[in-house]
Amino acid sequence: MLNVVLGWLGAILISIGVFFLFLGALGIFRLPDLFNRLQAGTKATTLGVISTSIGVGLLVKGWLPFSVALAVFLLMTNPISSHAVARASYRAGVKPYPGTSPDECAKRNLDFSGEGEEK
Amino acid sequence: MRIEIPTILWAIWFIVISTATILATLRAVIGPTNSDRVVGLDTWTTITTGFWVILALFFFQFVLLSVAMVYAILSFLGVLVIARYLERGL
Repeated sequence: MLNVVLGWLGAILISIGVFFLFLGALGIFRLPDLFNRLQAGTKATTLGVISTSIGVGLLVKGWLPFSVALAVFLLMTNPISSHAVARASYRAGVKPYPGTSPDECAKRNLDFSGEGEEK
Repeated sequence: MRIEIPTILWAIWFIVISTATILATLRAVIGPTNSDRVVGLDTWTTITTGFWVILALFFFQFVLLSVAMVYAILSFLGVLVIARYLERGL
């Protein structure tokens, strides 16, 4: 009984994860500018891959510790990489599309020469 | 495995995740700037990590979970290096 419940719970989790991975890729393909794409492609795919990994861990006996470790690792590293890409491309001069009404970062007088932090 | 997964469910998972990979690859190819290409590549590698996990279940090999872990680590390092290159140059 417990095996059946855990197994189908894992299958449902994998289905949710695959669906969110697809939504992330659709957002990557459809959204208008870099920062919107980055948001879709990081949040949705993080949830998708965490859900997939924990679902696989529930489906097989003994795989749960490693898959939880994989999920925690992805939860830690995926926002860091997306933050690094967003910061770097804003400093490299990629502009948000005109629908982004308050561009708070433009008021902050950033140093766009790229040498602001090394001194 | 605790249950037998129906074949139609395997087919749905593989088709949906392959479509997602193709969409991310298209963004990585046609992206207007280099940052768009990096974002497409990042999403592509995350989707492929999920695909490795499902493949580990499909072939029932625990080793493929380790492959997914190494893939995630290498994708993280690669995206960080490319972001640093975009920001300051090498």
